[in-house]
Amino acid sequence: MAQAAAVAKQPAPPRRRRASATPRRLPYLLIAPAALLMLGFIAYPVISVFYYSLQHFNPTKPWRNGFAGLDNFRQIFTDDPQFWDTLTFSAKWVFVEVGLQLLFGLALALIVNQTFVGRALGRALVFSPWAVSGVLTSAIWVLLYNSQTGITRYLADLGIGSYGTSWLSDTSTVFPAVVVADLWRGVPFFAILILADLQSVSKDLYEAAEVDGASRLKQFWHITLPHLKDAIILSTLLRAVWEFNNVDLLYTLTGGGPAGETTTLPLYIANTSVESHNFGYASALTTVAFVILLFCSMVYLRLSKFGGESK
Amino acid sequence: MTTTEATETAPAPVRATPGPPRPTKNRRAWDEVPRWQIYLPLSIYLVFTLIPFYWILLFALRPAGSTSLVPWPITFDHFEKVWTEREFGTYFENSVYVGIATLLVTTLVALAGGYALARFDFKIKNGFMLALLCSQFVPGALLLVPLFEIFAELKLINSLVSVIIAETVFQLPLSMILISNFIKNVPYSLEEAAWVDGCNRLTAFRIVVLPLLRPGIIAVGSFAFVHSWNHFLFALMFLNNQDKQTIPVGLNTLMSADSVDLGALAAGGIIAAVPVVIVFAFIQKWLITGFSAGAVKG
Repeated sequence: MAQAAAVAKQPAPPRRRRASATPRRLPYLLIAPAALLMLGFIAYPVISVFYYSLQHFNPTKPWRNGFAGLDNFRQIFTDDPQFWDTLTFSAKWVFVEVGLQLLFGLALALIVNQTFVGRALGRALVFSPWAVSGVLTSAIWVLLYNSQTGITRYLADLGIGSYGTSWLSDTSTVFPAVVVADLWRGVPFFAILILADLQSVSKDLYEAAEVDGASRLKQFWHITLPHLKDAIILSTLLRAVWEFNNVDLLYTLTGGGPAGETTTLPLYIANTSVESHNFGYASALTTVAFVILLFCSMVYLRLSKFGGESK
Repeated sequence: MTTTEATETAPAPVRATPGPPRPTKNRRAWDEVPRWQIYLPLSIYLVFTLIPFYWILLFALRPAGSTSLVPWPITFDHFEKVWTEREFGTYFENSVYVGIATLLVTTLVALAGGYALARFDFKIKNGFMLALLCSQFVPGALLLVPLFEIFAELKLINSLVSVIIAETVFQLPLSMILISNFIKNVPYSLEEAAWVDGCNRLTAFRIVVLPLLRPGIIAVGSFAFVHSWNHFLFALMFLNNQDKQTIPVGLNTLMSADSVDLGALAAGGIIAAVPVVIVFAFIQKWLITGFSAGAVKG
């Protein structure tokens, strides 16, 4: 307000006048639709989740419903091995997935950034799984892993593995199986983001390094990697949150099985609320998951310095 | 193997300033990566990428019960069956409605909001940006129950509108940030010049800014379409009637059927992929620039 008054005191040039002649309300009017949608369908649900987390709320057991205080939370931390199991699996899932995706994505981006014959086609093919959805990825890998007619059958012919095994229903193989399926779709995402950033590295830097006799490995270490740092931080954190929250793939590929072996925390929450109708407890779990994610978002804000400048 | 002349690639970029001639051996080692170091890993990765695609085509095109690794004789029975018996025709239509409506609403709302964020300083701006960012960490799956209650209250359960709203809301934050970054790249002076020429804000925006925003709008619109086309959970939860369901839910039904009909599943998967493939073929050239201009530099 003070700023506006200062502007008004000066005799503004006509052009400025016109620009500020639009009502002060305009920016608010412009963000209103977005803000209302988000208030109604994100903020309000978030708040009601917090509210429910303090309630016993289960339509199938109405006699217990009512204010619960911190009961739900106490149960989560002291009396729910499944919570710890699913949280551990979530951490393992995010760590392995994002780590491998970053590694392969970086390598892939460096490769398709080179000049070579067939590069355009190579890029298009390599990036193609990125467009495939969670459910469709599941459908494809269900076909591949099918015990009767999947790739296992043909690998068995070559002497790898044995007939009639389904990698998705065996506790010893299910983790690598889902990791590979998700990698198939996730690596291109990293590769695209990193490639976009690679293209803005100045060639002069490499030439200078060349003159100084730096090896390719040194050039990568001292020029490419520092340049990519921001993009890597950003995509890694975005992807980590996304992989944590991703329900589509695991829900449809394994349903969280076998024996809860691939149940992430969000999947556990979805099952608790949708199948067991235990909304109060699911809300408490959601709150805990939310705090974990908020912590991630703080780290994200810190590292990426997002929103630091407002212009 | 060190002679660059032998490589058949496009002509090497001409150096801007002709420096002193260097020994060929040391010239731009970065561009002289041995060919096998490119083609070998790329081929391996391509095999990994393409086998799943081949597999789904194989199952979709070969007759049921066949174990041949070549889809021959080709049959379209699976497609016919999925489209009519399994109602994929209906699912497809519903998904088209959801996709296009989400695209339109998201783009319009994000354009308005993105413009405000790019061109104005207002009191709650930083707070709003922070809210946009935080919303990225709110998992849609975790809000299913309250969202269900809201839509039940609004009598929108079993209506595609509920899914359109939910998809739009979760698409909005990133779309708005993306668009506002694109608008920031359009010089403000262009707009000011248009005002001087007597345009009002809206006309100036339409005539001057909008054409320059095309890559950004295409990127945002197609992401909104593809996301809502692919997304599964909202449709699964908010739509109960089969004739209201969307393609991903249909696919999931095929997968969890007691005796999984693999041919039908494969055909359904291909039907689900077609619109996305078309969209991506169409926007390919904007994709990388769209990302580097809008998202990464955010």
